[in-house]
Amino acid sequence: MINLKSNVPDGNVADKWTNHKFNMKLVNPANKRKFDIIVVGTGLAGAGAAATLGELGYKVKAFTYHDSSRRAHSIAAQGGINAAKDYQNDGDSIYRLFYDTVKGGDFRSREANTYRLAEVSNNIIDQCVAQGVPFAREYGGTLANRSFGGAQVSRTFYARGETGQQLLLGAYSSLNRQIKLGNVEMFHRREMLDVVIVDDKAKGITVRNLLTGEIENYAAQAVVLATGGYSNVFFLSTSAMNSNATAAWRAHKKGATFANPCYTQIHPTCLPVHGEGQSKLVLMSESLRNDGRIWVPDIVGEKRAVKDIPENERDYYLERRYPAFGNLAPRDISSRSAKYACDEGKGVNGGRSVYLDFEDAINRLGQDTIKERYGNLFDMYQNITGENPYNVPMQIYPAPHYTMGGLWVDYNLMSNIPGLFVTGEANFSDHGANRLGASALMQGLADGYFVTPYAIGNYFGSEKPEKVDVNGPEFKEAKSSVDESTNKLLSINGKQTVDEIHRKLGELLIDKVGMSRDEKGLTKVIKDISELRDEFWTDVKVTGKPNEFNQNLERAGRVADFLELGELMAVDALDRDESCGAHFREEHQTEEGEAIRNDEDFAYVSAWEFEKAGKWKLHKEDLEFESVKLATRSYK
Amino acid sequence: MSDKKINLTLNIWRQNSATEKGNFEKFEVSVSPHDSILEVLDELNNNLEREDKIPVTFESDCREGICGTCGFVISGRPHGPLTKTATCQLHMRNFSDGEVLYLEPFKATAFPILKDLAVDREGFDKIQQAGGYISFNTGSAPDANAIPISKEIANLSLDAAECIGCGACVAACKNSSAMLFVSAKVSQFALLPQGQAERYDRVDAMVTVMDEEGFGSCTNTYACEAECPKGISVSNIARMNRDFMKSTISS
Repeated sequence: MINLKSNVPDGNVADKWTNHKFNMKLVNPANKRKFDIIVVGTGLAGAGAAATLGELGYKVKAFTYHDSSRRAHSIAAQGGINAAKDYQNDGDSIYRLFYDTVKGGDFRSREANTYRLAEVSNNIIDQCVAQGVPFAREYGGTLANRSFGGAQVSRTFYARGETGQQLLLGAYSSLNRQIKLGNVEMFHRREMLDVVIVDDKAKGITVRNLLTGEIENYAAQAVVLATGGYSNVFFLSTSAMNSNATAAWRAHKKGATFANPCYTQIHPTCLPVHGEGQSKLVLMSESLRNDGRIWVPDIVGEKRAVKDIPENERDYYLERRYPAFGNLAPRDISSRSAKYACDEGKGVNGGRSVYLDFEDAINRLGQDTIKERYGNLFDMYQNITGENPYNVPMQIYPAPHYTMGGLWVDYNLMSNIPGLFVTGEANFSDHGANRLGASALMQGLADGYFVTPYAIGNYFGSEKPEKVDVNGPEFKEAKSSVDESTNKLLSINGKQTVDEIHRKLGELLIDKVGMSRDEKGLTKVIKDISELRDEFWTDVKVTGKPNEFNQNLERAGRVADFLELGELMAVDALDRDESCGAHFREEHQTEEGEAIRNDEDFAYVSAWEFEKAGKWKLHKEDLEFESVKLATRSYK
Repeated sequence: MSDKKINLTLNIWRQNSATEKGNFEKFEVSVSPHDSILEVLDELNNNLEREDKIPVTFESDCREGICGTCGFVISGRPHGPLTKTATCQLHMRNFSDGEVLYLEPFKATAFPILKDLAVDREGFDKIQQAGGYISFNTGSAPDANAIPISKEIANLSLDAAECIGCGACVAACKNSSAMLFVSAKVSQFALLPQGQAERYDRVDAMVTVMDEEGFGSCTNTYACEAECPKGISVSNIARMNRDFMKSTISS
């Protein structure tokens, strides 16, 4: 029986978290050391939680598949982190940050979770500064801010174009301190391949030691999955090469429901695809839209060089269609607009890219100011494309970047499996159908530092989960099932490489489950993915042995899971017969191409229960809006 | 930009484990000038897999030059011929048709070879665990604007904090010294008011573990700075040395 009780506390939205913290069960300091906690993933959500739980006195085991916990993909976030500090005195507040985030997510997030996110945002900035994170500052020594999409206030804190790096290294430093103090035991180069459930509670994990190939079991009284999102299902995305859905997916197959898988964010400002050999796409921070203007030539088939296209023959389409927000329209809207322009044939040289132009900003502010704000991004652009963006406009195109969907969790970030907590990008709860810029770092650290530690204490205090034997039958069974699937992968000995099949999956998804979707395409792609999955299991080629450092085998296991998840994304997109946020159904749009939401029939979270590959059962959590009034999203 | 493919000869170091003997294996490849060198290896590996041969092991993750996972020696230089560029950001347009390249792992006693181009840099984590942090618990922080920090100091601290922990500085140094890496973290905190309380204990603890992990001493050749993909300055080493002297005198 699946229990999807959201456990949102009673009371006014602004009081819920405070009241809930007071009502939570506590574990006395002397007893905390009797509890073991496993944290999988060491990005912002994982490292933040592991460090804080260690500080509280719990015994923590932290796992990462990287060679060092400092490599987690949070490190690549560029632009910044939101907080409702209102240091700029421009009318910001916790309520405004909350409202912007709910609206940005097109009213498909869980209101109480989003409010809590906004509420703890200010603590995050305090925490990071105390850790020694060198945020950008004004000459007077106070913290600097900039603007991001979907907001009309300046609330984004940043460190050049490397905010994620600095925040992650801050969390990494806190984690290191707890490792030294002996409160956290760190396991590098371990990939989680199963979650172990004993008497209906999550009690451990099974991992593969990536250097030796050994399958290892670890037991604990709670398991936290902070394992990131699944954008790499598209093959070409801005995610790191190793980012994958395996930990979350294996938990899903053990009974954790997967929520809103079709909510995937295609980020508007990325470098365009350059050729067949391309391994990933590169993001150019949204912060560039503070000063860069997006345009395409007015006429289809424009052949002139960019300098020869006069001002009145350029279409600044975001400024034209969304005058109030202009180039800072939310990501889903900006991406779709770029797609439409290119579909019309107005892309640069008729291809799939649009201009992001800094000429006006350089004329107004000078090259030095632009360099100070975005220097490393401009360098990166030049490095990759060979073109100097100070002289010619950047060319950009949307790319898969973030996944709002993820494992279903309640208000306490616990999945429907007791004792299995899911945090950061890996869960579904805070962003609804579209995430605003600079909110991912905020959520990762909110969950890591300020929510998970309370929630786990409450679970221990109220449920009092027992310790289990790591050699028990459930652990043995998990290990042998992992062994079996490893041997299967290595024995197929087909003709196609793992990358080839992954690339095919990506092409199917970006075409039919990308920036716009329709019933016909979705119905077809569900069948196509299912066939591709059969192709994988009969024709893939995986080299090497199980008991060695074998990157080919690592990738094969991840792609096997993507082939199941990809189908569920399409199934979910087909079920959600409305347009909302990043999920745009062709059938539901205004004459101007704006999304038409259907609150009557679809104001729910889709939580899918796994029955077998290709077969899921839908459960619904109705979304209740007590504080925010449902409205049509407008950025005009 | 020309899309014409270029032909290269890659001599790649193959070694199955730290204890086994390694050797160069030669591959002829034809590549797009837009590809990064890691994408060239991706393609090579796909071809090897098709032929049922063992692909080349190399590590990478973000491919945007920020995570520090990738890195090997390209024809004698860590991260290759360009300055301030990580391996993943090195594109083939920087090479000419017919060039012969040698790809080897970072070589240092403190970085044992795992397989082919992958090395073990856990020593870096151990140094950070020794003292690379400001000790305070979640929840106890004052308001972020309570202590003003001048723009100049914040920028200097960030300059140091940009280190990606790739290990190129160690690989570039004839003594396999980790001074640039350690001094970057020491400087980030030494420059900030928040880092003052533990300033001298921190440098002492980190330098002690640096020595224990088998990293060599610094003889001021500055090869580290020249090869650093983030351009971390050797002035951080001077700052660390001053702090270390003070910590030794006071103890």
